[in-house]
Amino acid sequence: MATHELTFPISDPGEILKLHAGDEVIVQGHVIGIRDRTQIRIFDHGVEPPIDLSGAFLLHTAPNVRKLGPGRYEKLCIGTTTSARMVRFTEGLGERYGVRAICGKGGFPDEAIEPMHRLGMVYMAIVGGAAALETTQIEEIEHVAWEDLMPECLWTFRVNDFGPLTVGIDAHGNSLYHDVQERANTKLEELYARFQ
Amino acid sequence: MSTTAVGLEEAVVEAAAHLYVWALKDIPRDLRDALAAACERETSVAGIRVLETIRRNVVIADEQENLVCQDTGIAVYYCRVGERFPLHPAGIYRALKAGTEQATVGHPLRSNTVHALTRENTGANVGYRVPIVHWDFVPDWDGLDVKCVPKGSGSENMSFLKMLVPADGVNGIKRFVLESIVGAGGKPCPPGIVGVGIGGSADYAMHLAKEAIARPVGTRNPDPLVARLENELYGLLNETGIGPMGLGGDVTVLQCHIEHADTHMTLNPVAVNYQCWAARRASAHISADGAVELDREF
Repeated sequence: MATHELTFPISDPGEILKLHAGDEVIVQGHVIGIRDRTQIRIFDHGVEPPIDLSGAFLLHTAPNVRKLGPGRYEKLCIGTTTSARMVRFTEGLGERYGVRAICGKGGFPDEAIEPMHRLGMVYMAIVGGAAALETTQIEEIEHVAWEDLMPECLWTFRVNDFGPLTVGIDAHGNSLYHDVQERANTKLEELYARFQ
Repeated sequence: MSTTAVGLEEAVVEAAAHLYVWALKDIPRDLRDALAAACERETSVAGIRVLETIRRNVVIADEQENLVCQDTGIAVYYCRVGERFPLHPAGIYRALKAGTEQATVGHPLRSNTVHALTRENTGANVGYRVPIVHWDFVPDWDGLDVKCVPKGSGSENMSFLKMLVPADGVNGIKRFVLESIVGAGGKPCPPGIVGVGIGGSADYAMHLAKEAIARPVGTRNPDPLVARLENELYGLLNETGIGPMGLGGDVTVLQCHIEHADTHMTLNPVAVNYQCWAARRASAHISADGAVELDREF
């Protein structure tokens, strides 16, 4: 399993194809914070996001911040939320906006595998709950849009050595989550047989 | 209200405010030990990466006095009230609510509490019936124990209840716990503590499961029959291969705790409540004169 360093937003989609499920990734550049209500606004209410998402790396987060002034926020504690709730937005994010990577915790169910394969996207797993560390890797909150959704706004963070992340679903149709579930279901039958 | 009761209520406010922040920043010794042991035991590459990152995160939270996890949770308190404690539970509840609000505004902490239908944020991690407080009353005692368990949503969303029938027996209980944890996969931030509530009624089974996750890691139910089931389920759950953050591995759970209650002859309820690896809890003992003693290991 390889280790990669990638800077987002990316312009060459080929960078994504180098990643394989299980690989380790460290991210540099810019990360876009997004959450349930942000995506409900984009896709269910049909509001165009006010920032460019092409080649972007999205992070499932709703940060703890302190307001410094109009549109300016200081980070207090930034961590990552469960991704599975937001899986239905995957195709739209890739197809309409050119998003290349989605990062969260806990994984995406199998319905994300096909669109990620077709559109050249990856799901990267962060360590859920490791927010103290994650906060040190976010250098600055550069921009925030849709403050009325606080804390589920559209955040732009500048990061340094963000990770370690694990490629959970790659752009080649592989999902660690699918494989782990399949093996666990087989194992369950064996465990049931032991006490039944 | 007497002067004493006013002073005592203020002491409970201060204690609650302290406990909420303390629980979020500094995880207990027994949990740190369990995470260290998990790190030693894990053999998968992704699993080791996750567990080492978790341990690095706990150290950084200590050094920077930051929150271990950004999810400040829904505030849950467990109270053991002595029958001669001079402040009425209504006053204790008011104080826990004020303390939660004080901590949230003062730190500041992210506020997670929203109206159940409109989803509008109610501010300061308090709201209608929030914080959630569980009560126990202790005869012939004048003290108060308060345990604060901020409960994150990633793990709370992985809660499961099944009204099994008596014929399903203990094997049905084991199957349900196993299928629940495999189904939850990486979502509840494994490896954590699996709380199982058995018996009582539907609501009480879930209450017991929640009580189980709030115990110090690896403690055993005093009933040897139940303790044996805790050991057995702990072993079985770690054979599923779900692994740290669901990426595959040897350590799926840090522990399995069970609480039980007697039940109706035709009931066999089982509830599963998951607690993430950042199993936050902090406690205080408050005496009748308002003295507060902090103690994590209860």
